[in-house]
Amino acid sequence: MSEAVAHHAEADRHPALAHHFEGLPEQKEAAGLGMWLFLAQEVMFFGGLFACYTIYRNLYPGAFAAGSAHLNWKLGAFNTAVLIGSSLTMAMAVHAAAVGKRRQIVAYLLMTVVLGSVFLGVKVVEYADKFHHHLVPGAHFRFEGPLARPVEIYYSLYFAMTGLHALHMVIGIPILLTLAVLAHRGHYSASYYAPVEMTGLYWHFVDIVWIFLFPLLYLIPTHAPH
Amino acid sequence: MSDPISERHESHIVSPLLYLLVFGSLMVLTVITVAASRYDFGAWNTVVAMAIAVLKATLVVLFFMHVRWSSRLVRLMVAAAFAWLALLIGGALSDYDTRGRVNPPVEKRSPTGALLEDR
Repeated sequence: MSEAVAHHAEADRHPALAHHFEGLPEQKEAAGLGMWLFLAQEVMFFGGLFACYTIYRNLYPGAFAAGSAHLNWKLGAFNTAVLIGSSLTMAMAVHAAAVGKRRQIVAYLLMTVVLGSVFLGVKVVEYADKFHHHLVPGAHFRFEGPLARPVEIYYSLYFAMTGLHALHMVIGIPILLTLAVLAHRGHYSASYYAPVEMTGLYWHFVDIVWIFLFPLLYLIPTHAPH
Repeated sequence: MSDPISERHESHIVSPLLYLLVFGSLMVLTVITVAASRYDFGAWNTVVAMAIAVLKATLVVLFFMHVRWSSRLVRLMVAAAFAWLALLIGGALSDYDTRGRVNPPVEKRSPTGALLEDR
């Protein structure tokens, strides 16, 4: 008889529920904690670059202002708005999943993908411009004046930081597309949508990194040469 | 339902209106960041820009990332992540910013390694 009860309980289990969890809420709590642990590691991953940036900007404030002046702040501001918009659509996708609206999950995920792609498209235009003007660090780097070397350091950091950020988006977009396909097939419901929520955390984190990159790289004031 | 375990795990469903409000605030703060970069606050330029960025990041973390409704364990993880970042940047700056300002007297040692009195 107890075996029959066990079988019954087994049949009641959600297919996504791993055997070592009591229930989906417990599994989701563990997933959330694991995701935040990963993001804490990401904070340190980007943190090294931010620390490097802080040190070199303090050493060469004039060169950083001169390098920043060659970036188009309007494109940076546009991309900031696009990325914040994609965070909104991502949050709405998670909301749609929480209330079990399948078609809305797909629609909001695809909107997030479109906005993410627009961001990367603008980034391609910006990078191409830097190649054209010989502002990419390396053998072909050219910058007039005594600040050439420290400006090259600024551009090294510009490419390392925005490149690593863009890489995160290049990884995020296929994940969003996979989620959209799975959502379309009905994999997610109001009781199980942890993958959508965890991907949301990742996407918002990428947004936060850009929130700091935009003023640090694009908006260095030139009126205050130290 | 009164089981404390299941209550703790209950997920909070946020109104889309709140998301729109957060989105609007983030956009306004982006405009303020750009506008603020036109004014010269002297040494405070970077502080102003970073304060706005921290405010924006806080909005994203609390509302978009649901930390406002997360368990204490998750909140601790978030706080720890930024505390370590503060240690990293604070520690590095406390070194670089004091170089040249502090000039401790150079120790003079004899060939045997014994410390010599400065005369």
